[in-house]
Amino acid sequence: MFRFQNVTYKDIINIKSLTIPSKKIVCITGESGGGKTTLLKLLNKMISPDSGEIFYLDEPLEELDAISLRRKVIMLPQNPAIYNGTVKDNLLIGLKFSEKAMESDDKLFISLQSARLNKKLDDSVDNLSGGEKQRLALARVLLLNPDVFLLDEPSASLDEETEKIIIENLVAQCKQNAKSIIMVTHSNKIATTYSDLIIRIDKGKVVNEEAMI
Amino acid sequence: MNTNVIELHIWQLVAAYVFILILLAIVKIRGIKREKEILISSVRMTLQLILTGYILMYLFENESWLLTLLVLLVMEIFAINNIYRRVNVRISNQLKKIIALSMVTGTVTCLLYFIIIVIGLRPWFSPRYFIPISGMLIGNSMTGISLGVSRLVNDINNQKHLVESSLMLGATPKIASKEIVDNAFDSAILPTINSMVGMGIVFLPGMMTGQILSGVSPVTAIEYQIAIMLGILGSVALTVILFLQLGYKTFFNKKSQLVFESTESKQ
Ligand SMILES: Nc1ncnc2c1ncn2[C@@H]1O[C@H](COP(=O)(O)OP(=O)(O)OP(=O)(O)O)[C@@H](O)[C@H]1O
Ligand SMILES: [Mg+2]
Repeated sequence: MFRFQNVTYKDIINIKSLTIPSKKIVCITGESGGGKTTLLKLLNKMISPDSGEIFYLDEPLEELDAISLRRKVIMLPQNPAIYNGTVKDNLLIGLKFSEKAMESDDKLFISLQSARLNKKLDDSVDNLSGGEKQRLALARVLLLNPDVFLLDEPSASLDEETEKIIIENLVAQCKQNAKSIIMVTHSNKIATTYSDLIIRIDKGKVVNEEAMI
Repeated sequence: MNTNVIELHIWQLVAAYVFILILLAIVKIRGIKREKEILISSVRMTLQLILTGYILMYLFENESWLLTLLVLLVMEIFAINNIYRRVNVRISNQLKKIIALSMVTGTVTCLLYFIIIVIGLRPWFSPRYFIPISGMLIGNSMTGISLGVSRLVNDINNQKHLVESSLMLGATPKIASKEIVDNAFDSAILPTINSMVGMGIVFLPGMMTGQILSGVSPVTAIEYQIAIMLGILGSVALTVILFLQLGYKTFFNKKSQLVFESTESKQ
């Protein structure tokens, strides 16, 4: 699905060749500061390589329109932004930004449940905890129903139990709907349990690729 | 002009400097180290106004479209440079060009409309009207745009994270920065709008006061004041809108990416 050819970005990323398969769960691991977030941002064209090329479904990213790409390949950042207003506002804003049709409250509620966020739609976001904000942002991305999920440590501030339920749920949904997930995680357990492929990044280079069976 | 205007004699003007002496005495006693600034600014004011007086006298006696336009040009250049100095943030060269372009386009458009349609000035370049009116439009637009620039640049820098998140959710740069642009517009025109609210009650605007003091009937003065206030509002709004519409784009590149100036915060 994604193919890297001699890609460099500043002195942060330097990847000679890498292929990320589609409709799989791919985990990216590695030390802090290794370039994982930067790698994800290259995939949705939030940044562009200084040299080399990245292909998405065999088309060079350079030739794809960044906005339409970002509506299919959606990134959930490490510290997602929460907008002022209610839970519902925050769910709908994604649909508004990507010019998709609004969804019914029922549909919004289902997305909250998938993200295990136990809040009402008209609750204010002011008092949400860090982990709740992260789950709200996840629900927002789920609602957008992208082809590719780029998840940057989606469960970093969750307890192990919630993390397990959410990831399990996510993986099941993606398998069912033939979606792709590329997920950065610090948890070896998550990586080995759920992924089809683990890519290890260190100092901007791919140091290990491990296919799981 | 009316004949019963009290002409100020030199000694009367000198008497007004008593206020400066009082101020100097106060800061001296309280030990506030501002004597130098107060002296310099009052001397500057005096010299600048005297100089302007003679220049205006010369211009009024030698009416010419060329000279009038020259004065307009000088005022624009002065105002634009003043904006660059006043804005308390670093601005790119591209943004500087946009500031200059919006100032000139916005003020000149409103000025022409005002001169030709609103007051029907004949000849259109008559310096007695043209110069003070353009001065007021340019001065107020300068203040407005300075506020708009500071707010826009500050907000984009402080809210990079939010803008970036919006882009990641598929927003176009325009939508991702809409709130910031709207806020900048707001803060740029609010002072002008607020000054309209207090006008005539809280304070008498400078132009009107000047006209009344020099013998014009208050009703005429007020008519001019109303017209000029509307003109100022139009000019401020137009220059600021032009600036913002072109300005926010300089923070994004053709690939709809935020352009960082080496300070992207580590997540
Ligand atoms: N725009 C940028 N300009 C310069 N350096 C950057 C930029 N963005 C990130 N970096 C640097 O690049 C390196 C990789 O950053 P990145 O955020 O990709 O790491 P990461 O693997 O996601 O780390 P973590 O696990 O802590 O999130 C870091 O040293 C970071 O400081
Ligand atoms: Mg990271």
